[in-house]
Amino acid sequence: MTPGRMVLEDATAKGVSHRRVDFKTKVLTAVVVLTNVLGNFSLSWGMKHLPTTFGNSPLAYIQTILSPWVLLGTTLLVLWLLSRMTLLSWADLSYVLPVTSIGYVLTAVLGKYFFGEQITWQRWLGTFAIMTGMILVGLTTPNTTAASQAGDEA
Amino acid sequence: MKWLMVAIIVGSTVLADLLQSFEMKRHGEVEVRDLHPSRVGRMLTRWAQRGLLVLAVFFMAISFFAFMKLLSVADLSFAVPVTAASVVIETILARLLLKEKVSLMRWAGACCVACGVALLAV
Repeated sequence: MTPGRMVLEDATAKGVSHRRVDFKTKVLTAVVVLTNVLGNFSLSWGMKHLPTTFGNSPLAYIQTILSPWVLLGTTLLVLWLLSRMTLLSWADLSYVLPVTSIGYVLTAVLGKYFFGEQITWQRWLGTFAIMTGMILVGLTTPNTTAASQAGDEA
Repeated sequence: MKWLMVAIIVGSTVLADLLQSFEMKRHGEVEVRDLHPSRVGRMLTRWAQRGLLVLAVFFMAISFFAFMKLLSVADLSFAVPVTAASVVIETILARLLLKEKVSLMRWAGACCVACGVALLAV
């Protein structure tokens, strides 16, 4: 094989690998956002629709924790924590924070449709600013640190 | 009381995220096959043995309970922009401590997000 062809094949392999990393990072970002938004929504819905008034007795606490919506919310938030940790092993913190901020917008939208909350023009402006920030950061390379390429564990 | 809670929330959120990011980078990239249900238990056991990750989760818990306390003494429209401030602080520290290459586009994005979150809380 000629050196020129080797360089070309190496570059092509790197390109494919970069695209794969980019794709899996974006898919996991969506998982992180959805588990966070749906987890918070389930918790909020569960707390607002408790069968009995939330009291101070231990039984009331147990009843709250075991209610289906609260259980679903807690499970989704555990999944959020684990998927976010995985995402942080793939991408920079300064990338993860802004791109997952779309969650604030989705929470506001869910609040409007399910809890009847008002979305003022300031909120729309905020939504626009978050989307702009997310797109700007989303266009940068997710991982810029060399250390993460190596890892200290097999 | 209000500002003490704000300091605790911002401080513990920043510490939790920095520790998580630092430790997960040291751990190395998680393989997609490790996320399979039959292997995920082993991976979680490995994570639980990493002291800094456990400490990060502890700081997240402090931040969560301090946020709950803040909501009992202040409005949500005050409490949420505090979270927005941590985005900018964490980007600065990611550049300084984690040695991430924060380009102009990333700075602009982080500032847009922080302003956006603050506006959502209005």
